[in-house]
Amino acid sequence: MPAFREYKFLALRRFSQVSIMLLFVAGNLLGWHLLRGNLSTSKALNILPMTDPFAVLQVLASGHLVSGEALAGALVIVLFFGTIAGRSFCSWVCPLNMVADLACWLRKKIGLAPSGKPSMMSRKTRYWVIVTSLAVSLATGVAAFEWVSPISMLDRGIIFGMGMGWTLVLAVFLFDLFWVRNGFCGHICPLGGFYSLITRFSLIRIKHSREKCTLCMKCLEICPEKQVLPMVGKTSTAVTSGECTNCGRCIEACDAGAMKFGMRTGTVKP
Amino acid sequence: MGNEEKMSDRRNFLHSMVRSLGAATVGGLAWTGFLDGKKVYATILRPPGAVPEREFLAKCTKCGLCVEVCPFKALVLAKPGDERPVGTPYFRMRENPCRMCGDIPCTVNCPTGALDRSLVSDSGGPGSPGLNINRAKIGLAVIDRETCIAYWGIQCDACYRACPVIDKAITVEYTRNERTGKHAMLAPVVHSGHCTGCGLCEHVCVTKKASIFVLPRELAMGEPSDRYIRGWDDADEARIQGIPDETETVTPRSEKSPLDYLNKEDF
Repeated sequence: MPAFREYKFLALRRFSQVSIMLLFVAGNLLGWHLLRGNLSTSKALNILPMTDPFAVLQVLASGHLVSGEALAGALVIVLFFGTIAGRSFCSWVCPLNMVADLACWLRKKIGLAPSGKPSMMSRKTRYWVIVTSLAVSLATGVAAFEWVSPISMLDRGIIFGMGMGWTLVLAVFLFDLFWVRNGFCGHICPLGGFYSLITRFSLIRIKHSREKCTLCMKCLEICPEKQVLPMVGKTSTAVTSGECTNCGRCIEACDAGAMKFGMRTGTVKP
Repeated sequence: MGNEEKMSDRRNFLHSMVRSLGAATVGGLAWTGFLDGKKVYATILRPPGAVPEREFLAKCTKCGLCVEVCPFKALVLAKPGDERPVGTPYFRMRENPCRMCGDIPCTVNCPTGALDRSLVSDSGGPGSPGLNINRAKIGLAVIDRETCIAYWGIQCDACYRACPVIDKAITVEYTRNERTGKHAMLAPVVHSGHCTGCGLCEHVCVTKKASIFVLPRELAMGEPSDRYIRGWDDADEARIQGIPDETETVTPRSEKSPLDYLNKEDF
């Protein structure tokens, strides 16, 4: 029986992801006011508007204005993740993360993941997808990614009914399982890329302690965004890349306690 | 770093940029084509206060709040496979029509402006009476006179009785039944000035497939050009002001042979 410590953040993340979805479902089916709408646009307690800032950006790129409420909602999200929580949307909120994590786990389980082999796709692809989404929004006059996003398909599917939306979700699962490790979330997803861009200076960070590190490299093995951990075994510092999703798996994997959550400004205590 | 290496770095960088740009362009073109085919679905009936369809498709973030707050669960969100723009709200009038709530929760709760409350409010600036669902223009009820049994001469006024704007949006016109010679025809007629497109008529229609049904107004209505004026209507007649009495049409052909003799007084 593995110690709870090894799965503390994983359990908390799953709890967070599932409860957010359940609150949305209750908002639709039971009329609860805690959280209504979906991950594109929602309202908490009938007061706090929250809007996907990347969706708003696409609407603006399509040549249309959005209401002040939607802009305020986008600002709420940008401020929360951009100044405090980092790219934690991806690992603590997004339901597709559970599908991607399952694919990643299964990939390892059935031996499809020869570790150490470089990914066959560039991590920068997502930034090109952002540019392309905005260009396509401009060309078609509609928010391009919102029409094909597997995140929306899953999220809306859970709340309002899945329809044929499962095909796209399954496609992401199979892509991640057979093709590229962490393929969608770590390479393609423009929403994840967008959060990477806006969370460069956020407060909550993973911190690495060189003194405690035993160079076992378990953190790098488990990390879905390995490129954010170049300091492991070299310097004691915070993970400052916006591509880190603050999932906390490295903290759980580290037997020496060399990784932990902290503030970006504080010093790393040995 | 030597000069040679620098050059090679720059070349690699340029190569990778061009490759990525190419891939993005290919992907973007396919994406554009896909969306262009997807976004056209002219016969969809949007919630009250919806801005024109093209603008609606851009502004709706597919959050489903209008669907959630509809007390009658009349609005649904299009799922992939529903053959409608995915994630956007619409009505199916035959199953569950709009009940025209006075407080219009769907429109009021729209966070993005895809549903615009000013389109379902009485105009009149500050202090205006506010929301008025009778201004809704969800669509327009259209009657198929060939299948409507009232037009056959069978007595039916289901749509007329169900209409929330009864005697304005739907009236019944009495005419003599020429076939029997002794009965009246009680035929329903829809008036576009008052019809909100709520769909209650379509919902209650007794024929197997509804003989009165709601279509988007752009599909259901024609539009005369400006040159036709209803001379018997004072307001319309006013449009004639400022239009010159005589107009001279010059075409390349009339310039060559100005045979305008039909309009000459001495003809």
